[in-house]
Amino acid sequence: MTAAIAADRIVKVFRHDVVLQALSLEVRPSEIACLIGPSGCGKSTLLRLIAGLERDHGGRLAIDGHEVTGPSRAVGFVFQEPRLLPWLTVHDNVAFGLPPDQRRTADERVAALLAQVQLPGAGDKLPRQLSGGMAQRAALARALAAEPRVLLLDEPFGAVDALTRMTLQDLMLAVWQRTRLTMLLVTHDLDEALYLSDRVFVMSGKPSVLADVIPVTLPRPRDRRAPELARLRIRLMDALQVQRS
Amino acid sequence: MASAPDLASSRRTTPAWPAVVIPVALVAAWFATTSLSHVFLPHQLPSPWQVLVTAGELARGGELARHVGASVCRIGAGFALGAAVALLLGTLVGLSRTAERMLDPTLQVVRNVPSLAWVPFLLLWMGIDEAPKIALIAIGGFFPVYLNLVTGIRQTDRKLVEVGYVFGLTRFELVRRIILPSALPYLLVGLRIGLGQSWLFLVAAELIASTRGLGYLLIDGQSTARPDLMLVGILVLAGLGKLSDAVVRRIERRALRWTDGFDGLAGPEVRR
Repeated sequence: MTAAIAADRIVKVFRHDVVLQALSLEVRPSEIACLIGPSGCGKSTLLRLIAGLERDHGGRLAIDGHEVTGPSRAVGFVFQEPRLLPWLTVHDNVAFGLPPDQRRTADERVAALLAQVQLPGAGDKLPRQLSGGMAQRAALARALAAEPRVLLLDEPFGAVDALTRMTLQDLMLAVWQRTRLTMLLVTHDLDEALYLSDRVFVMSGKPSVLADVIPVTLPRPRDRRAPELARLRIRLMDALQVQRS
Repeated sequence: MASAPDLASSRRTTPAWPAVVIPVALVAAWFATTSLSHVFLPHQLPSPWQVLVTAGELARGGELARHVGASVCRIGAGFALGAAVALLLGTLVGLSRTAERMLDPTLQVVRNVPSLAWVPFLLLWMGIDEAPKIALIAIGGFFPVYLNLVTGIRQTDRKLVEVGYVFGLTRFELVRRIILPSALPYLLVGLRIGLGQSWLFLVAAELIASTRGLGYLLIDGQSTARPDLMLVGILVLAGLGKLSDAVVRRIERRALRWTDGFDGLAGPEVRR
């Protein structure tokens, strides 16, 4: 089976600063995986490399077996900030993501996508009228509109409050239930990683390699208070602690 | 009994009266120093009434329409030309570093030539017909539009450009759907300033060589010692300038509803 995302001995150097050193990982089709590691370890850099937003790396990167040569509509990206286009309404922002051949039937598709991210009826609003959580929902709808094969998320819920974060996590899982989209999410929140992922990739400090892979086999929907998650959390902390010493 | 301030509507329903306080006071002072007390003699400063009568005569004779028509046509042609070239070159220089290195230094040199220095050369080169006037107005309108557009394009948020990359936009789409909309607030400020500059250059052109137009009316008033003619010219210029600015502002307000900037402190709205 071809990996949805395959990173093979990736090396990334900024000037003389080695950020990633021969880092390899594979994400399986329809898997939710999280990347976690000390800050500045290159999690976001790796995600941006996979998206084709950063260039000039060593090693091989492939999506569904196709080598990454630059940004592609097959790879969706949700940034930490919503990055909605401020001059477009929510409707038009979501329609921005649609494939060109679907622009004609945009209204139905956009309405369906807004319903999917639980923003029905917000289409006429401008981004400045949205709360942080609502804006991030719209950004998710825009990413889904492109019908990507892989969705990359760079600390997507990092800037919202704890309660909104939990709602958005459940929303993301609901989207996954429906679409079985392969997702790779960068986070620094241990509970988020364990609640969402099938596997958690732990990165070492810079220069980064893959330090550990922690599978989470608990069936979904998961209970955030499940003792198994608490045990895994200790293991995850240990994995990260080791990297700090 | 004090009523609670209506926060929801306070932004839209700012009263109109603060805007007319100063004009009314000025006209009152004008009236008081001419018609009432003769602080100024009619050949120095004619009364508001006298200026109205003169304006009425000019209007009835069709002369005022001829002057206004000539000036408005020149502004229209000159500003359209200047703004169109500015849109083209500004987009080019804003988008391409090579174009910037090639064009911008030269344009900055040209920009630093004082506007009136062009007049003798343009007259020599293009005669005293409409062409030099339109060219001068175009030069006046060009630079504010050009400079603001280049700045606007360069101010485009890199993060939004990345959104364009992620969704696989072509270069052309990136410009049309992200860079130009994002530069629009700057462009509109440039258009407003450019239009104002065009009026300035119009009068400069008409003062020097013309047989009609509002600038000519001023010169005519000067040479025939008729300050009432000059005041009619000045007042009509003020009115037309304000009107053209209001049109651009209206477009600006409609096109920029999405911006989320500071709107002015509560109280009389002064900015819009």
